[in-house]
Amino acid sequence: MHLTHLIAPILLGVFLLNSLPASADRVLHREQSLYSQIVVRQDGSIICLQFDVRRDQRNQSCMNQRAPKEMVFAYTKMTMTSLLFTPEPERILIVGLGGGTLPVAFADLLPQVEIDSIEVDEAVVGVAEEFFGYRSTERMRTHVQDARVWVKRAVLTNTRPYDLIILDAFNGEYIPEHLMTEEFFLDLKALLSPNGTLAANTFSISDLYDAESATYEHVFGDIISFKLPESANRLVLVPPTEFSEAELATRADQLATRLTPYRVPIQKYAKLVVRARDKAPDWDRNARVLTDQYAPANLLQAR
Amino acid sequence: MYTPLVGPLIYSLAFTGGFVIMSLELLGGRVLAPYFGSSIYVWGSIITVFMLSLAAGYLIGGSWSVHEPRLKKFGLIFLAAALLLGPLIFFAEPTMQWIFIRIEDPRYGSLIAATILFMIPTIILGMISPYSVRLLIENVQESGRTAGRLYFFSTLGSSLGTLMTSFYFVLWFEVNQILTGLTCTLVVLWAITYLTKDKL
Repeated sequence: MHLTHLIAPILLGVFLLNSLPASADRVLHREQSLYSQIVVRQDGSIICLQFDVRRDQRNQSCMNQRAPKEMVFAYTKMTMTSLLFTPEPERILIVGLGGGTLPVAFADLLPQVEIDSIEVDEAVVGVAEEFFGYRSTERMRTHVQDARVWVKRAVLTNTRPYDLIILDAFNGEYIPEHLMTEEFFLDLKALLSPNGTLAANTFSISDLYDAESATYEHVFGDIISFKLPESANRLVLVPPTEFSEAELATRADQLATRLTPYRVPIQKYAKLVVRARDKAPDWDRNARVLTDQYAPANLLQAR
Repeated sequence: MYTPLVGPLIYSLAFTGGFVIMSLELLGGRVLAPYFGSSIYVWGSIITVFMLSLAAGYLIGGSWSVHEPRLKKFGLIFLAAALLLGPLIFFAEPTMQWIFIRIEDPRYGSLIAATILFMIPTIILGMISPYSVRLLIENVQESGRTAGRLYFFSTLGSSLGTLMTSFYFVLWFEVNQILTGLTCTLVVLWAITYLTKDKL
């Protein structure tokens, strides 16, 4: 009947994913995939992947050709703080590939690591490989599937747990609602090793903020809500254990040199993460938890 | 032939039937998402199953309307739909789990799940339109106009069901609460037909 338009979620949010201007010089590639209009643009030496929603273009991933390791976005840099809690992960699960910045960086930093990246859109994988230096290999595996389905089967088949789980799945608007429910988080929790860390990229301002934070807290207990003044993103961090400021500072010192090529100021971030941990929650803790039964995520987001 | 209110009553029933069908179709996406995702093929499965079921329902409802059409028999369609829809609240989860374990490919998994969960109730709901036409038509000359008006109301109901469910119901209620509401609505419609005196 008239349902085709529902394949893309219903309402459009107006949040920019990042602070980079979307205007760029040259379109390198444009492709209508099953899920979105994919555009690769180049502005000087910077190449960006965008999901084109109407005229509102958001950068999903960017790479500086002159310094491919350098992380362009604050949120990718922020995600590296997960290494403060789990410095030597053996297995990493990444939900949402984008340009593949994170798996490439992790594979580079950790020669022994095994990475499973889940991406629903085959075209995104193609673009990541063609323009952003991503490669599917034996230890950097790509699974083209809906993350909900992949994770459910991983739980069912008792897949070996992951030391790091990174949530970074975005469609043109926000995180798909079935990837933001109590049930999904419980499945992820089952896949997280005892010393494992979970890091989720979210927005720091949205009408969904309360419900989203309450859902993370409900499933994972104490969470760290890590924000930077210069970024519209908020990283939700679920560390495996309690930690002291000194411990984190030591870890940051050990990581600092390795993270320099990525332009991740890990020592500064370590301090900010401690500060974020010690801050009282800034969300309504009585907000209704999102579940498979109650998941009006994108409607709340657009209000 | 009719008490004066029977005509409007049948149009209202067809309107509500249309509403329920599309509300259910939308909820179908929500019900399947935890097991099969919300990729394009999940919607493909749902739409396929609903279209096929409605097609079958039109045939069956049309054939059934030939034999002594009565408002009370018409009402039984609503009761039957309610009885088949209600159990979804309890059986959807274990059914999908059963399928998920056995079928790895989410395309066929979602197709089988949509078939088992939604096919029978949707076939029954599809019987409403042709049966309504039969109850409403008094002569051949007016038949096109009557059928047109009937499809107008039923499709209007469908569009409202789509809008209300996707914009508001999912914001106000849980999926199972909406399903319960749809089931109760169908029972109420059956009760109205049961209590209406028609001379047909």
